[in-house]
Amino acid sequence: MKAQRLDDAKVADTKGSGKPRRKLGGLIIKGILFLCALVSILTTVGIVVSLVVQAWGFFVEVAPIDFLTGTRWSPILKPRSYGVLPLVAGTLLVTAVAAIVAIPIGLATAAFLSEYAPDKARRILKPILEVLAGIPTVVYGYFALTFVTPRIQDWLFPDMLVFNALSAGLVMGLMIVPMVSTLSEDAMLAVPRSLREAAYALGATRVEVSLRIVIPAALSGIVAAFIIGLSRAIGETMLVTIAAGATPKLTLNPLESIQTMTAYIVQVALGEAPRGSAEFNAIFAVGSLLFVMTLGMNLLGHWVVTRWRLKY
Amino acid sequence: MNDDSANGKYVLDAQGLHVWYGDFLALRDVNLKIERKKVTALIGPSGCGKSTLLRCFNRMNDLIAGARVEGKIHFNQDDLNSNDVDPTEIRSRIGMVFQKPNPFPKSIYDNVAFGLRINGYSGNVEEAVERSLRGAALWDEVKDRLNKGAQTLSGGQQQRLCIARALAVEPEVILMDEPASALDPVATLAIEELIRELANQVTIVIVTHNMQQAARVSDETAFLMVDENRSGYLVERGETNQIFTEPKDERTEAYITGRFS
Repeated sequence: MKAQRLDDAKVADTKGSGKPRRKLGGLIIKGILFLCALVSILTTVGIVVSLVVQAWGFFVEVAPIDFLTGTRWSPILKPRSYGVLPLVAGTLLVTAVAAIVAIPIGLATAAFLSEYAPDKARRILKPILEVLAGIPTVVYGYFALTFVTPRIQDWLFPDMLVFNALSAGLVMGLMIVPMVSTLSEDAMLAVPRSLREAAYALGATRVEVSLRIVIPAALSGIVAAFIIGLSRAIGETMLVTIAAGATPKLTLNPLESIQTMTAYIVQVALGEAPRGSAEFNAIFAVGSLLFVMTLGMNLLGHWVVTRWRLKY
Repeated sequence: MNDDSANGKYVLDAQGLHVWYGDFLALRDVNLKIERKKVTALIGPSGCGKSTLLRCFNRMNDLIAGARVEGKIHFNQDDLNSNDVDPTEIRSRIGMVFQKPNPFPKSIYDNVAFGLRINGYSGNVEEAVERSLRGAALWDEVKDRLNKGAQTLSGGQQQRLCIARALAVEPEVILMDEPASALDPVATLAIEELIRELANQVTIVIVTHNMQQAARVSDETAFLMVDENRSGYLVERGETNQIFTEPKDERTEAYITGRFS
């Protein structure tokens, strides 16, 4: 039986019809690969559709203009009000604190790894950064709540609330350092060695080569790393739900308890809001806005990379 | 002539120079003097350590992990390989031009001004930039677009920009590592003419695998070979004319007449 098949194959080969068979195999592989790629496209489309459809239900009851410009968010307690700005402010406040931490530390780490670190130090540091990136966000949340917040209360601001934007933002900054530094380092490593040599050959020190040649030449990639890191911060959920509080407030004071857009979605999803009610549908409106914000950030990052990229 | 070592005939003097890359001996026992305000060509087959030798003269081998240099190189009175010597200071006095043009992704002006700025130049930067660009025979071509990116220039112009960039810090020596090998014949000719002109003000050491080029541009020629262990060594050094017409060593003759390459 087996021999028979082998023979058939041989005959087929000598006749030259092995090629169509291989062509068919190629088509099948291509089809499978295409279907796999299609999955992520369909998922994106599905998410957008479900967001829009359910957000529609919300915007039938609440005018989009009131939603986008309102300054009071009180979806459950009467009098109800669906002004999303307090949630946006909370999100941006935490993100801003995270940026203040993540941008300098991430950039310095990247510069150290790419320009200074001997091979040995790199081999130790890189895996540590990867571990940091792999810690579940819920762990970061409790780290912020039970470790960072008490320390800040002890040493700096005794009046700070237990749930606050500051420690959530600080820890979120630490959380995205690996992402910012890895992406920035990739951009710096892509700067050709010949440019560094040219600068060294003019008598530049290592600091001068890093600050005046490598970082400017890698700037588009570095800015993209910042943007991608911050868009991750905007969408981050668990950490802020645990550590930043559940008090929608239009404030710029990071010592106060706030609520982010993501934290509101969690609150409602876990709560007893009846399906189809305005406060339930509100999560899709908030989700849509969040989606638009992170999409905008990612597009901005993409634009920066392509538009600002320096040729070398 | 005053002090012989400071202003004497030779600006660089390598004695018993060995270079290792890890365990690999890349260059062994090189003794070579470089004459002041002359063009010295380093020639030899591929892998003979010409570039390695060139990079000893401005401590560029420091940047290569695992590279180790032994022996002395006197630069005027200082020993370049001594621990007290700051390599960045040396590199601001001994410039370098590379094989492929490598202008910074900055404007033409900023490329030339870079060395001045990092070395704390106290004079008028604008004038120094113009002087350097004129020195590199590039001024007339770029004077109306100094703020344009260096990448808008042609390959030959980029290489002359790199020469201007090296000239700006007024080095005593310029090391050139096959500076025309990535350029077309016309641009190559321009670079060669420029090298001849620059020899009036600076010492030039040029690595080239193009023997006609060595014969055209250099006053002195040093011939290196590679032994059976792939280590490079110096065969002979002399006036270019003498090396090309009546070399003392038969290996030099064999190489120059093209019996091997």
